[in-house]
Amino acid sequence: MAYMHIGKDFVPPDVPGKVTGRIKYAEDYTREGMVYSRLLTSPIPHARVLDIDASEALAMDGVFGILTADDVYPDGEPQSTGLKILTNEPTLVGEPILALAAIDEKTAETAISRINVTFERLPFVLDPLDSLAEGGANAYPGDQNTFVFRQGFATEKWTEDQVASFRAGNEPTAEPQQTWSLGDLEAGFAASEFVYETTFTTAGYPHHSMEPRSAMAYWEDGKLYLHGTSQSLTALADGMAPIIGVPKEDIVFINAATGGGFGQRARANSIPSMAIPAKLSQKINRPVMMRITREEEFTIGGARQGFQGWIKVGFKPDGVMSACDLYIISDNGGKGGGGDASSAADCIDVLYQPDALRFRGTSIGSNTAHRGAQRGPGQNQIAPIIAPILDKAADALGISRLEIRKINAPRNGDVAGPRQTPFTSAYVPESLDMATQQFDWEGRQARRRQRNGSKVIGLGLGQGYHNAGRSGMDGIVTMGTDGRLKIHNGVGNLGTYSYASTSRAAAEVLKMPWENCDILNVRTDNHLPITSPQDGSNSIFTNTRTMFGAATDMLNKMKEIAATDLGGDPADYDVSNERVHQIADESIGYTYAEVAQRAMELGGKFTGEADLPEELAEWTQISVSRLAGSAFMGVYHDPRHEGNPPGFTVTCCEIELDLETGKYEILDMVTIAESGTIVHPQGMENQLVGGAVWGIGLSGYERHLYDPQNGLPASTGYWQSKVPTYLDTPVKIGTGWVDLPDPENPVGARGIGEPSMGAVSAALTAAITDALDGHHFATAPITADMIINHLAGTEENAAPLAQNNFRG
Amino acid sequence: MNPKVTRRRFIKGVVASGAAATTTGMWYAANGQDRPGGAVERLIRINVNGQMRSVDVAPQETLASTLRYKLGLTGTKLGCNRGECGACTVLVDDVATYACSVLTHSMKNARIETVEGLESPNGDLHPVQQAFVEELSPQCGYCTPGQVMAAVALLRENPNPTREEARHAMSGNICRCGSYDSYLDGVMRAVQLG
Repeated sequence: MAYMHIGKDFVPPDVPGKVTGRIKYAEDYTREGMVYSRLLTSPIPHARVLDIDASEALAMDGVFGILTADDVYPDGEPQSTGLKILTNEPTLVGEPILALAAIDEKTAETAISRINVTFERLPFVLDPLDSLAEGGANAYPGDQNTFVFRQGFATEKWTEDQVASFRAGNEPTAEPQQTWSLGDLEAGFAASEFVYETTFTTAGYPHHSMEPRSAMAYWEDGKLYLHGTSQSLTALADGMAPIIGVPKEDIVFINAATGGGFGQRARANSIPSMAIPAKLSQKINRPVMMRITREEEFTIGGARQGFQGWIKVGFKPDGVMSACDLYIISDNGGKGGGGDASSAADCIDVLYQPDALRFRGTSIGSNTAHRGAQRGPGQNQIAPIIAPILDKAADALGISRLEIRKINAPRNGDVAGPRQTPFTSAYVPESLDMATQQFDWEGRQARRRQRNGSKVIGLGLGQGYHNAGRSGMDGIVTMGTDGRLKIHNGVGNLGTYSYASTSRAAAEVLKMPWENCDILNVRTDNHLPITSPQDGSNSIFTNTRTMFGAATDMLNKMKEIAATDLGGDPADYDVSNERVHQIADESIGYTYAEVAQRAMELGGKFTGEADLPEELAEWTQISVSRLAGSAFMGVYHDPRHEGNPPGFTVTCCEIELDLETGKYEILDMVTIAESGTIVHPQGMENQLVGGAVWGIGLSGYERHLYDPQNGLPASTGYWQSKVPTYLDTPVKIGTGWVDLPDPENPVGARGIGEPSMGAVSAALTAAITDALDGHHFATAPITADMIINHLAGTEENAAPLAQNNFRG
Repeated sequence: MNPKVTRRRFIKGVVASGAAATTTGMWYAANGQDRPGGAVERLIRINVNGQMRSVDVAPQETLASTLRYKLGLTGTKLGCNRGECGACTVLVDDVATYACSVLTHSMKNARIETVEGLESPNGDLHPVQQAFVEELSPQCGYCTPGQVMAAVALLRENPNPTREEARHAMSGNICRCGSYDSYLDGVMRAVQLG
């Protein structure tokens, strides 16, 4: 289909501000009378606050007040998972206990040093298996170590033998907390020619977004103005209002740009720290800036769940995956949260369509960083574990590694997951073909395991998946008598440019030149519609639907006005060159400025004062009511879609691994997207190369380090957590896309942000395994030390399946 | 080669990470603000973006703090404030420098350039900035000013680098979004734009 905007590159309006430094992040704002907040955080991993004596601090000149958990939770702290605003029951080092506001940060720091907090030390634990063992410490309040949905905190214990057996590499025998299954597992394994079984582990690691979660707040005329940081805009504000305790109509969230969002900046309950300056400002009646340090960001920024798992996979003689049995202990960290393990099983079901699958999972806390969604939570941890198993099966069955993936690939009409949801569309075989052809996969097979001195070549092929689309949100567009299209977009600006690319769908409907469109976002008092949070790779699917719908509503109203005024039926009209005109005689019509003028004269439904969709969300209703009568308006509530809109990726890579150092260079990498129609090619390329870097980090570098004696985090910075740099990544990453439209989206688009990581991690781990003659570490990351130890035949000194330690 | 968890090894790691001091003192120390009741600020003059600026500076104050909080040049970002990420990169006498890791007092005879100083007087973007726009190099944008300054430093020293040379020259700047490929595309386009 020939589009005016879709599929074409453009310059998103915030890009010049990013290269000049003019765009403002939360910490860049100031306000007259602004004072500064600093945090007192827990110095120990598990404790109870018995007393806070702030009398000396509060008596200091320049100190305006403190905020404690008793202030923010007058009825007691919620007994649920997730970070709290402030707490008297810290379950990890660095958790905020109180905030203090002072004239400057120096005074605030000095005052905090004069606050005497009395803690009761409680036992702590850093590894879920240590907690599961009888007599092991428990991470959560009330001496408990898990959280059961709808039941609350609980305690889960295994016998010492059960833990030891699992650590020794055997299938866990304890009852799991959660299970789901598909097909006949026993029959699946019985039909298998090749069965592979192993324990595995994947590391948790921090988000380490570049911008720390600083925030500034002030109150004016009863309204809260909150300068914050989020992946989402209206979805964040909608959720933050009840956390702070302010009506939705009285919060203005201002967020022009966010310095990195990879899951835990999407929803208000994952960044409750933004409530601190809001509540402190309310208490002391001054604007409050809370600057967050890198060390604090490590704590409140959260982390990916680590896995301690066991997997057994069977393949029939023809290569079909006949059964997969998966048992995962998830490291839920200090605050609980995250459903990664079940998503990992779902991912295997999606990508390899096994005849039978069973998932069993148990989530256990540790007194480490809080966990939650991080780029492909679950789908991406399992990617580097499963890819080498596919290769082992291919080698054992005499099938090529490409062919075994094509045999098992999901296709249009397939279903997957616990509910056996059909895909909205799926073109994975096409993606495999495109990637392998662009990479010359077959041609490179002769190089596989070729030695050059101490160096050896490894080849890897990997796949990634995440579901990539939601629905049920709202859209608003308006037009003034100048004829410009104003696109009210509640999508957050996290760096994907989806706020802009989804807006292109509205411009497309009205055939509006891009230079005559204005995107209204940045602050919620721009009268924005509700959106789904910008997580789960959903934005492009979800919000092209709403933008398209709102613009279509305006288009229909244009035709109705023109037909009423100029004769004929609305169906006799079309739009072009910023005019609505008769199809038969283009001279009969209105310019957009004229039709907007007529809409203003007519009022009612044309200006948002009547006949609104009944299902509009409360947030959208507030925005529409404030806009009503001021402009020609298109407004839309999106009905629910059918099926699972998937995002798929395929990656090929070649590495050269040095057997003397354990290090490797990625010589070449090609990664291909299958995510429907491509709306913004440069944006798509950014997501693919960015996801590739994340995949390299997952496979080779990133991890948590904790002091086993004191529970102190040692990876609070970029260096220790080992975020990949320019030198860890290829000189150039090849990209491409299948670009076939999805029928459940009006412009055919689906998302890609998360799967772009999984395929790369899978391919890189497969390549490392290949270079080492098929040695399967069954772990992520695989570090140079691990490789050297393997080649030297040296045992690791960490406990098997260990989490949050110095392994590697 | 095996990692041994020894007390010495751990303490080294923790001290390097700053984790031992969980909160109190960290911001304060990292920004070089004076001790409570300690040394006072002194008025100095520094050359920023071709202008001599007078500013009161504490003895331990970092250049990043001065630029952002005293001179309002918030284009220079603080990502880590500990010399790891490069978001605060500025040019000091044409050399890419972490502004979080140098003291403002040591800058009295230096020529400092920040991202705000790159545009021409008529508002034209610097070729590096223009190239980064055309290649859509930034994602979240928080590291972008530092990436821009690192690229400007590279191209002043080597106007025609290979992609591999650019990769090494830029390697002091972390991009958590992983936009390295797009930044390198931007650098190579900037070479063409001159």
